[in-house]
Amino acid sequence: MPRDNEQTGEFTPKILAFCCNWCTYAGADLAGLNRMNYPADVKVLRVPCSGRVNPQYVLKALQSGCDGVLVCGCHPGDCHYSTGNYYAKRRMMIFKRMVEFAGLSPERFQIRWISGSEAGKFRDTVVEVSEQIRALGPMENDAPSRAAIDAVAGTVASPEADEELFAAAKEAI
Amino acid sequence: MSRIGVFVCHCGTNIAGTVDVEAVADAARQMPNVAYAGTNKYMCSAQGQDYIVDIIKEHNLDRVVIASCSPRMHERLFRKVLAEKTDLNPYLLEVANIREQCSWVHKDKQIGTPKAINLVAMAVAKADCDTQLFTHEIPVTKRALIIGGGIAGIQAALDIADAGFPVTIVERKTTIGGKMPMLDKTFPTLDCSACISTPKMSECEAHPLIEIKTLSEVEKVEGYIGNFDVTIREKAKYIDYDKCTGCGMCETKCPQKKIPSEFNQGMSTRTAVYKPFPQAVPSKPTIDADHCRMLTEGKCGVCAKVCPTGAIDYQDVDRVTTERYGAIVLATGYELIDWTRLYGEYGGGRYADVISGLQFERLVNASGPTEGHILRPSDGTEPKTMVIVKCVGSRDPHKGVPYCSRACCMYGAKHAHQFMDKVPGGKCFVFYMDVRTPGKNYDEFYMNTLHEGARYIRGRISKITRRSDGKLVCLGEDTLSGNVVEVDADMVVLETAMVPPEGAKKLAQTVNTQLGPEGFFTEAHPKLRPVETNTGGLYLAGTAQGPKDIPDTVAQAGAAAAKVIGLLCKQSIESNPMVAHVDDSKCSGCGACVDICPYSAVTLVEKTLRENSRKVTRTVAQVNEGLCQGCGACTVACRPGASDLLGFNDEGIMREVEAYATR
Ligand SMILES: Cc1cc2nc3c(=O)[nH]c(=O)nc-3n(C[C@H](O)[C@H](O)[C@H](O)COP(=O)(O)OP(=O)(O)OC[C@H]3O[C@@H](n4cnc5c(N)ncnc54)[C@H](O)[C@@H]3O)c2cc1C
Ligand code: SF4
Ligand code: SF4
Repeated sequence: MPRDNEQTGEFTPKILAFCCNWCTYAGADLAGLNRMNYPADVKVLRVPCSGRVNPQYVLKALQSGCDGVLVCGCHPGDCHYSTGNYYAKRRMMIFKRMVEFAGLSPERFQIRWISGSEAGKFRDTVVEVSEQIRALGPMENDAPSRAAIDAVAGTVASPEADEELFAAAKEAI
Repeated sequence: MSRIGVFVCHCGTNIAGTVDVEAVADAARQMPNVAYAGTNKYMCSAQGQDYIVDIIKEHNLDRVVIASCSPRMHERLFRKVLAEKTDLNPYLLEVANIREQCSWVHKDKQIGTPKAINLVAMAVAKADCDTQLFTHEIPVTKRALIIGGGIAGIQAALDIADAGFPVTIVERKTTIGGKMPMLDKTFPTLDCSACISTPKMSECEAHPLIEIKTLSEVEKVEGYIGNFDVTIREKAKYIDYDKCTGCGMCETKCPQKKIPSEFNQGMSTRTAVYKPFPQAVPSKPTIDADHCRMLTEGKCGVCAKVCPTGAIDYQDVDRVTTERYGAIVLATGYELIDWTRLYGEYGGGRYADVISGLQFERLVNASGPTEGHILRPSDGTEPKTMVIVKCVGSRDPHKGVPYCSRACCMYGAKHAHQFMDKVPGGKCFVFYMDVRTPGKNYDEFYMNTLHEGARYIRGRISKITRRSDGKLVCLGEDTLSGNVVEVDADMVVLETAMVPPEGAKKLAQTVNTQLGPEGFFTEAHPKLRPVETNTGGLYLAGTAQGPKDIPDTVAQAGAAAAKVIGLLCKQSIESNPMVAHVDDSKCSGCGACVDICPYSAVTLVEKTLRENSRKVTRTVAQVNEGLCQGCGACTVACRPGASDLLGFNDEGIMREVEAYATR
C-alpha cells in the first residue's frame, strides 16, 4: 500500500485500534449504522475485551509499520467482563506510562473508553487521533519513538527485566 | 498450508456502493494461503449460503473469510452454515467487517476499497491461525428468577410459571405491584389501574409455581447461563408468615400512626406494622423496623399482644439463601426524578400545592388520601385552576436527563382530563415542549382532552411563586406567540422524569451486565434483541430497560418470558468454546491468572505430567470452561505464555497486527 496519497502526496497514517467486542466495537458498528463519516486511517482489530490486549501486540504494531495504536474498551466499571478487568486495564495504563517514559510520543499509543452507545465518541476519537498522528508524521521518521519501542520490546522479551520495568513504572505513578 | 476461501459480499449496494468488491476479491487472491476469492450479491441469503457451501466443497477449502457486515450481525449465521452444511469446523471462520466499519463510513471507493482490502488481509492472517473448537453441553436448571415485582416482573413471572417452570420474584419493597397499583386510571382507555393490576398480583400469590420474596434483594450472582447461583437476602419482617392470617388486627392497634405513607406519596399516614395498601401481595403485614417502638426503644409490644395467632416475632432476622436458577429477568423498573433538589424555581418542594404526577394519581384515586376528591394538600379546598408542567427533568440535559420519559405526554393529558372531569368549570393549563402521542388511540385521547377545554401552552414555566393568598403564580413563555404568560393557579402538577431505580448500578455489577449512559440496562441489540442482554441467560423487561408505558412494559415482559421459556425448555445448551486454555508444559504455576480472572474460573491443581520422558507432579493452572467467559485477561497476565484464548489466540492476533502493519 502506498504510504502517501498519490494525488496530494499527503501522509496517510496507519493506525491500529484494538476494540473490545462488547463496547467500542459495538460503538463503531453504531457509527456505521448512523452513516457517520471518519477517516480511513484507523483499522479496527476486534478483541473480546480490552483486557485481552497484550502489550506485545502494541509493540509489534509500532515496530512493524503502524504509526499509532489505540486500545479501546468499555468505561471502567461497565466492563462486560465485570470489575475484574480493572486490573487488566490498570496494567495497560502502566504499560503506557512505561513506553512514554522510554520516549514514545504519547499520541502514538492511546487508551480510550468508548461504550457501545457512543458512536459519536468513536468517530470523534478516530478523527482526533488521526489528526494527531498526521501532525506527528510517520513513525519511521520519529527516531525517539522508534528507539523507545525497540528498548521496551527488548526488555519485555525477558520476563525478569519486564518485571523490573513494570515495578519501576508502577513506582513512578 | 491452509486453503482459505474469501467471500466478499456486495450487500446490494450497501457495500458495493463505496467498496469495489471485485477489486477486493482480486487483491484477496494474491494474499498468502488464499485458495479462492469471489463475490456474491447477498452472502447471507439462502442463495449466498449455497454459494459458500458449494465453493468450499469444490475448492477443498479448510478456512473461510467472509467480508461482509459486522460479525456481531451474522457471524453466528455463517458458523451455522459451516456446521450444518459442510465438514468444516464452524470456528475456522473469520468475518471482515467491511460494511459498518468501512462502506458505511466512507464516501467513495477510493477510500473504501483499500481499507476493505486491509481488513480482509487481517482476517485472512487470523483465519490461518484458527483452530477447530468444540462446544460441550451445559445442563439447564429449569427455574427462573425475576428481580423486581412491578407489572413487568409480574407479567413475566405469570407467563413463565404458566408454561410450567418454577419462578421466584425478588422484590425489595413490602409488596409486589410496583407503580401500577398506585395509578388511578390508565390511558388511553381509562380503565382502573388497580382493578387490572391487583388481580394479577393475587394470581402470582396463588400460583403454585411462583414464590414471592418481598423485602428482598439479590446480593450475589455466580455462574452462567443455565446455572446461576443466586444469593438472596430476605430482610426480617418480624412476622411469621406461616402463622399470620393477614387479619390486620395488629395494624388497627399499633400506636405509631404518624408515618408518612409511601403508597400515598406522603399524603396520608400509616402505622409501623402495616400493609402498604389493602390489596398488597403478600397479603400480610410487615413491621417497619425503623419506626416500631418495640424494635427502636424496646417498649410497646402491642401487636404481639393482639395478634390472635402469635405471629409477631421481634427477634426475627434476615434470611440469606443461595439457590440455582437457569435464567434471570431484570424488571427493576424506574423511579421519578427528585425534582425538589433540582428545580428551586418551582419552589423546590416548599409549596405544598406543587405536587408530582404520582401524587396527583393518588389524589384522584377513590382509595387515596382524599377518597378521590381533588383537594389541595395545603388547605383541603378544591382547586379551580390547575397547571400541569410536562417534561420536568425530562429533555433537560442541564438540570435533569436528556431523554424523553415517553409516558408523560399521555398521562399529562390524562391528568388534564381527570381534573376537568372532577372539577366542573375548572380550568386546566398544560405547559409543554412537544406533544408526543404515538400509540394506538393515543392521539385521539389527546385530541379529546383538547376538546374538553384543556389549554395547551407551548413553553416551559420559568418560575412559580406563592402569593400571600395561596395562589401559585406560574410565569412562563408561550413560545408560539412569543408572549409572556402568567397563570394564577391553585395547584400545580409536575410530570417528572423517569430515572433508573436506586441501586441499578450495583445490581448491574452483581449480575454482570451493562447500563447505558442514562443508567437503564442495555439490551443486546436495540432492534433485533431488545429483551436480551449481552450476558447469556439474563433478560430485560419493562422500564428497567428504559422509560415506557404499561402496554409496552407488558409486551416486553411477555417477550422476555418467551426467551426464558425457550431456554428452560432445553435439556442443555452448548458452551462457548472461546475460552482460555493453559498449556501445562509452559505453565509455571505462579497463579497470576488465578488472581486476575474476574470469574474465578482458574484454579491451581496438582497434575502429573510427562516431561522429558519423565513423570513429574507439578502445580499448574486449570480453567473451568463453564465459568470462563473468554475475556482473555489471564492470557495477558501469564508471563510464560502458557495461557491462551481459543478463538482469539496470541498467534492469530499477532499475525493480524503484522498483516496490517506490514501491508
Ligand atoms: C404519574 C404517572 C402516571 C402514569 N400513568 C400511566 C398510564 O396511565 N398508562 C400507562 O400505560 N403508563 C402509565 N405510567 C407508566 C407506568 O407507571 C410504567 O409504565 C409501569 O409502571 C412500569 O412498570 P415496571 O414493572 O417496569 O416498573 P415499576 O412499576 O417501577 O416496578 C419495578 C419494581 O422493581 C422493584 N425493584 C427495583 N429495584 C429493585 C432491586 N434492586 N431489587 C428488587 N426489586 C427492585 C421496585 O420496588 C418495583 O416494585 C405512569 C407513570 C407515572 C409516573
Ligand atoms: S479468559 Fe477471562 S474468564 Fe476465562 S479464565 Fe481467563 S481471565 Fe478468567
Ligand atoms: S499465569 Fe500462566 S503460568 Fe501462571 S498459573 Fe496461570 S497459566 Fe500458569
